[in-house]
Amino acid sequence: MRHIISLLMENEAGALSRVAGLFSARGYNIESLVVAPTEDPTLSRMTIVTSGSDAVIEQINKQLNKLIDVAAVMDLSEGEHLERELMLVKVRAVGKDREELKRMTDIFRGRIIDVSDLTYTIELTGTGHKLERFLQAIERDLILETVRTGASGIGRGERILKL
Amino acid sequence: MELTGAEIAIRCLQKEEVEYIFGYPGGAVLHIYDALFQQDKVKHILVRHEQAAIHAADGYARSSEKVGVALVTSGPGITNAVTGIATAYMDSIPMVVISGQVPSFAIGEDAFQEVDAVGITRPCVKHNFLIKDVRDIAPTIKKAFYLAKSGRPGPVLVDIPKDISNQKTEFVYPDNVNIRSYNPVGKGDSAQVKRAVQLLLEAKRPMIYSGGGVVLAGAAAQLTELVRLLGFPCTTTLMGLGAYPATDKQFVGMPGMHGTYEACMAMQYCDVLVAIGARFDDRVVGNVEHFAQVPRKIIHIDIDPSSIAKRVKVDVPVVGDLKLVLEQMLGELRSSKQKPNPTDLSIWWKQVDEWRVKGGGLRYKNSTEIIKPQFVIEKLYEITGGDAFVTSDVGQHQMWAAQYYKFNKPRRWINSGGLGTMGFGLPAAMGVQLINPGATVACVTGEGSIQMNIQELSTCKQFHLPIKVLTLNNRYLGMVRQWQEFFHGNRYSESYMDALPDFVKLAEAYGHIGIRIDKPSDVEPALKEAFARKNDLVFMDFQTDPTENVFPMVPGGKGLSEVILSEDL
Repeated sequence: MRHIISLLMENEAGALSRVAGLFSARGYNIESLVVAPTEDPTLSRMTIVTSGSDAVIEQINKQLNKLIDVAAVMDLSEGEHLERELMLVKVRAVGKDREELKRMTDIFRGRIIDVSDLTYTIELTGTGHKLERFLQAIERDLILETVRTGASGIGRGERILKL
Repeated sequence: MELTGAEIAIRCLQKEEVEYIFGYPGGAVLHIYDALFQQDKVKHILVRHEQAAIHAADGYARSSEKVGVALVTSGPGITNAVTGIATAYMDSIPMVVISGQVPSFAIGEDAFQEVDAVGITRPCVKHNFLIKDVRDIAPTIKKAFYLAKSGRPGPVLVDIPKDISNQKTEFVYPDNVNIRSYNPVGKGDSAQVKRAVQLLLEAKRPMIYSGGGVVLAGAAAQLTELVRLLGFPCTTTLMGLGAYPATDKQFVGMPGMHGTYEACMAMQYCDVLVAIGARFDDRVVGNVEHFAQVPRKIIHIDIDPSSIAKRVKVDVPVVGDLKLVLEQMLGELRSSKQKPNPTDLSIWWKQVDEWRVKGGGLRYKNSTEIIKPQFVIEKLYEITGGDAFVTSDVGQHQMWAAQYYKFNKPRRWINSGGLGTMGFGLPAAMGVQLINPGATVACVTGEGSIQMNIQELSTCKQFHLPIKVLTLNNRYLGMVRQWQEFFHGNRYSESYMDALPDFVKLAEAYGHIGIRIDKPSDVEPALKEAFARKNDLVFMDFQTDPTENVFPMVPGGKGLSEVILSEDL
C-alpha cells in the first residue's frame, strides 16, 4: 500500500544520503522524496512516498527512527493529511492550441508563468492524481517537458510534526 | 593554550581513558601520529594491515566493556578497514574509528589517497562524521564515543582532513553530550513487562532464547537469575554463548543451523518463546515460514525496536536496555504470588529431555588414526579449564569451537557471528590479549582463515602477545566443502587448497614456536606444552580429518525440526 512518511532531520551534509542509502540498502521503494529546510534552519523536513506491506512500512518507520540524524518520523497516511505536489509543464502553444491550453489551465486552476511565441509554461499544484489528470487532459503531442517536485505532506488540523 | 587538531584528537582519547589504539600510519594521519608520539598515555599497537587494526579493536571491545579504537589513514587505509567495520556493525560492537582524510581543500579533486570515507562506510556504521572545522574535533569525538557505546552499540567513524588536524584551537572537552535526535531507551514499558511476565507464568511449554544483546548489555547475571527463578529451558545463540553457563542443566545448547537437537526442537515446539537480545537470524530459525507454522506466543525484548517484528510476528514487544528490563521482570516475578505450573513444567522438561536423548548430544566418531577436529576442541576445553578467551575465524572450526567449548562466562567467546569474516580470529585475539594481560587466549582457526590475516604474527611478535593459535588444518575450506558434498553433488569446486605453507616454518620465520600435530595421541601433549609456555605465541598446526562434517545441521531453507543429526542417519 502507498504510504506518505514525513520526517524531521538535522540539516547537515550527508543527512539526505543516509535516508536514500537506507532505502536502497534494504530494498525499500521510493516513489518520491522531497526535502528542504524548515523555519528552523537547523532542521530539514522530508516527505517520502513509498509503498510496501504493513511489515515493510513498520520496518521503514523503525529504520528511519534509528538514523542518528532523524529527529521525528510520522506516517501521514495513518491519519488525515493533505498532500500537494508542484508541476511545471512546458507545452507547444501555437494556433488554436493556444486558447485551448489556456482554458484547460484555468479549469485545473493552474497558471501560465512563461509565454513565448511557441510555448507556454504552466504551473500546477495539487495531488499527484490531479497532476496526472491534467497531463491526460491535454494533447500528449503538445507536451515538451514536465518537471514534478514529488509530494509534500502535512497532517490535518492538530496533527503536527514538530520538535 | 591552543593545540593542533591532532593534539586535540589524542587528548580526547586520553579523556576517554583509552589505553590502546590499533592502527597504521600514512600521509593523511601524520599529524595525529606525531601527536601520539609526544605522549605516553595512549599506547599504539602497530598492525600489519588495517583490517587487523579494526578486528583487534573489536576483540578488545568484545572481551571487555570498553570501546575499541582504531586509527587509519585515508584512501586504502580506510577501504582496508571497511571489512572490520562491517564486522563490528553486524555484531553491534562499540568502536570509534578515526581516519585521516586528504586536506579539506583537496576533497573532491581525486587527490592522492582520496576516497569518500563517510560515503563508503555509511551502510556499515552506526554513524559517521567528516570534520570540517578544527573546533568540531573535540565535541565530535565526544559524540562518537557516546554513540558507539550507548543504545544499541556500534562502530562510529570520525574522518579528519589533514589540514584540520594541523590547525589550532583551544581544547575543551565537553562534559556531556546532547543529541536531540538520539535518545537511547532505558527501562522497558512497565505494562509490557507485566504482560510478558504474565505470559511466561501461564506458559505450558516455555523457552528462553537469548542472544548477543545480553552479553553487550552486561546482563548475563540477570539472565541467569531469571532462568533459574523460572526453571525454564534456556538456549543462547552463537553470539550469546557464555551469557548463560553452558554446563548448567537448564542450558539446552545453541539453536539453529548447527545447534543441538533439543534446542532446535524446543524453539520449534514451545508455546511461549521469549527472545532476549536475539534477532531471529536466518541461521537461528532456519526457514521462517516453517517456523511460523507452529503456533506460539513470542515475547521479544530488545534495545533496538527495528529488531522486533523484523522476521517473525511478535505478541509482546518490549523495548529497553536488557539489564534494566530483566531487573524489572525479576522484580515482577519476586512480587508475584503466581509461580509457573510445576506439572506443566515437568511434562515439558520430560519432552526436552527426550529430545536430548534422541539427539544423542553433540557427538562424533573419534579415531586413533586421524585427528578429529572436535577432539582438539574437547582437549582445549579440558586443558584450559574452560576459562580461556577463545577467538575464532569462520567456518567448520568456528562451529566446532562453539559446540565443544563450554562457555560459562560472557565475553569469553569472540567470533564474527553476523558478517562471518574470515581473518577475524588472530587480530581479534591480539585485542583480547592486550586488555586481558595474563589471560589465556586461544585462537581457533583453519588453514584457510588464518591465511587471511597471517601477517599479524609479526604484530604479535613486536608486542609480545602470547596467543595460542590452533589451526584445524583439513586442507579444505571445510564449510564450503561440506555444502558441496551435501548440496552440490560432491563437486568440490575450488575448496581444496594445494600448496599450503609449512606453518611450523612460517611461525618460526615470524619468531614464534610452531608445532605440527599429526596423530590423535599427540593432541593432548602438544596442547599441554603450548599452554605451559605462558610467554610465547605457539602456533599449532593440527592435521585433521578432511572429510569431517559439522552436525547437527539444519540445511539452508529448511525448518528447525528438519535437523539432520549425523552422517549415519
